[in-house]
Order: sequence, then structure tokens, then C-alpha cells
Amino acid sequence: MNLFNRVLGREGPSKEVAKERLRLVLVHDRVGVSPQFLEVLKEDLIRVISQYMEIDDASMRVDLSGSNNSVALVANIPIKRVKRGLIAKTRRQEETVPR
Amino acid sequence: MGEVIVVTSGKGGVGKTTTTANIGTGLAMDGHKVVLVDSDIGLRNLDVVMGLENRIVYDIVDVVDGFCRLKQALIKDKRFDDLYLLPAAQTKDKTAVSPEQMKGLCEELKQEFDYVLVDSPAGIEQGFRNAIAGAEKAIIVTTPEVAAVRDADRIIGLLEAEGKEGPSLVINRLRHHMVKRGDMMDIEDMIDILAIDLLGVIPEDEYIVVSTNRGEPAILNKNSLAGRAYRNISRRIQGEDVPLMPLDTEPSLLERLRRLMGFSSK
Ligand SMILES: Nc1ncnc2c1ncn2[C@@H]1O[C@H](COP(=O)(O)OP(=O)(O)OP(=O)(O)O)[C@@H](O)[C@H]1O
Ligand SMILES: [Mg+2]
Repeated sequence: MNLFNRVLGREGPSKEVAKERLRLVLVHDRVGVSPQFLEVLKEDLIRVISQYMEIDDASMRVDLSGSNNSVALVANIPIKRVKRGLIAKTRRQEETVPR
Repeated sequence: MGEVIVVTSGKGGVGKTTTTANIGTGLAMDGHKVVLVDSDIGLRNLDVVMGLENRIVYDIVDVVDGFCRLKQALIKDKRFDDLYLLPAAQTKDKTAVSPEQMKGLCEELKQEFDYVLVDSPAGIEQGFRNAIAGAEKAIIVTTPEVAAVRDADRIIGLLEAEGKEGPSLVINRLRHHMVKRGDMMDIEDMIDILAIDLLGVIPEDEYIVVSTNRGEPAILNKNSLAGRAYRNISRRIQGEDVPLMPLDTEPSLLERLRRLMGFSSK
């Protein structure tokens, strides 16, 4: 907002506000329209994460959480155990990576 | 065999009926056989916008209830021999017609006509379900406002779920001077957000009100900016590649003077 507008008490162009609000509301709308959306996403997450750690998929939660100007995908995934083999493997990879 | 195109929006009052009347008239101007179907049962409007309200004998509910044959309910336009209207019933409600009946009706109409344009009611309930039932294509009308675009997005999702061909967008009531000063979303913003094809842009135009007063679609008036934009849309529907019309034609000083003095050309 420039000084001129601020002195006059005018706010900036409202189009950017409209676009931003629309973007956020559509994130919620599009996900909300399909109840399966988050379920399918959750199953995919379980599949991928299970390769690295043993998780408690029964009490896992995946949700959208919104604040004023952002929407976040929030996943709460209780871990039961981390797979040891993979840790060793990633460490070995780290060592062989040339600097 | 013709094609069935539904004009829909989600939000009410954004210009579905105006768009249906103008595009339909435009297609008829180019010599196509066109029928306009008013599927807004209980709130019929298309007859008035077309200036045909005094000629109605039977309506769409009479047809599905078997009180009359389809041909008997079709009203011939005043100006074009191959333009017809199938009016909605005014006294019944949306449930008087089912999506299956609507589908059957559209099937029958597209045997006879090149274009069957269905004017949808607002909302996403049965009236909307009826309107899209027999349609292969959809035109989504929206205005450059948050609520209208949001509803358009919802409708696009619903059409997708129904397996309808990619819908196209008409942006109505664009006010160029507001876009210019950054107080209205522009064409690009909306296409970007909705991610669908643009069919055309209609400027805000006082002449739309005049034309509805008279019952003569604005497309018949070459001096109307909205009318010219509708003309372009109807040509695009026929497959012509028509560039977007420049909308930055603010009324000239002379025009503004004329209007001030009451000599308006419109
Ligand atoms: N481009 C325009 N410029 C000025 N006025 C317009 C324009 N388009 C539509 N209008 C006006 O907006 C009002 C609503 O238009 P219309 O009836 O076509 O909307 P609709 O989507 O069919 O509404 P409904 O949801 O009630 O069926 C009418 O009074 C019409 O004259
Ligand atoms: Mg209407």
C-alpha cells in the first residue's frame, strides 16, 4: 500500500485478497467434496511410511488444518518402531556419497 | 443429430438465462435449428427474456405428463423460424420432472435440432440434476466474484463426477475499469483458479437490462458490447476461432456527453 492510499485510509486493491481467499476456500471445498480423498491419501501414506517404520495405522489421523492465510495437511502418525535395517542402509549410503 | 448443451452456474443470478437466450439466438442467426429448454421449473424466466411469454400454451411438465405432444409445447421465436422454446412450468416444482424424463426429452429434441440449450436453475439439487441429465456439454457461467467462482468450482467437480465432457467457462459482468484498478479478478486469475477452458467474456452492460425489458436478446443489437461478446461466443461454439474482444473500450468522451444529454445510442 503506498503512502497516498494510507493517508486516505484506503486499503490496497481488493483483487489479491479475493484471489487468496478463494484459493484457501477451494482447498477445503475440493477435499471436502470427496470424503474418499483423505482416505485414499491416508492409505498411500501408510504404504510409503511403513517401508521405513512400523506405525499404528488404526490411530493415525490425516486432516486439513487452516489458519488465516494457509491450509496445511496435518498428519498425526504414531510410530511403534523404526526399522533398523533401513537406518544402517541409509548410513552406508551417506558414507559413500562423494563430497 | 444435434448436441445438448447445459448452461449452469451453481450460484443464482449470475446470468444463465441471459446467456442461454443470447447464445441460442446467435446460433439461430447463423441458420441452425435451435431449441431452448427452460428447466427452471417453478421460476420460469427464459420466456420473458426471449419475449415469448404471451405465446405459452403447454409447458415441459405437460409434455412429460403426457398432456400434450412435445411438438405442441414448443414455441416458435418471433424473429427466427428455426428457433424454439420449451417453457418451464410455473406452478409446479422441481420434482415434477425426473432426470430420466429430462434425458428422454433431450434425446427426442436432438433428433430434430442442431442445438438443444438447457437453461439450468441455480443450486445443486434436483433442478440442477435434471438440467444436466441429458447434456453432453456444459457451459459454466460465473461472475468475477469470490462466491460465484467458488460455486462454479463446485459445479465443475460435480460435472466431472458425472463424467460430462470438459465444461467451458463464460465470465459474465466483467467491469474493465475495476479490473484495471485491481479491484476485480481478471480473466487470467479465474481461468487459473478454475482450470477450465474459456468460452468467452461478457462485459457488464446496461443494455442487458434494456434488452430484458423489451424481450429482445442483446445479441440482436450490434451496438451492445455484451451483445457482441455473445455473438463471438456463439461463433466459437460453432467451431470458429474468434479472438477475445477488447473490453477496454471505455465510453468515449463524446459518448459520455451524449449520455449525459440523453442522446445515448443504446
Ligand atoms: N452482462 C450483464 N450486464 C448487466 N446486467 C446483467 C448482465 N448479465 C446479467 N445481467 C442481469 O443480471 C440479472 C440476472 O441474470 P439472469 O436472470 O440471466 O441470471 P440467472 O443466472 O439465470 O439467474 P437465476 O439463478 O435466478 O436463474 C438480470 O437482471 C440480468 O439482466
Ligand atoms: Mg435463470
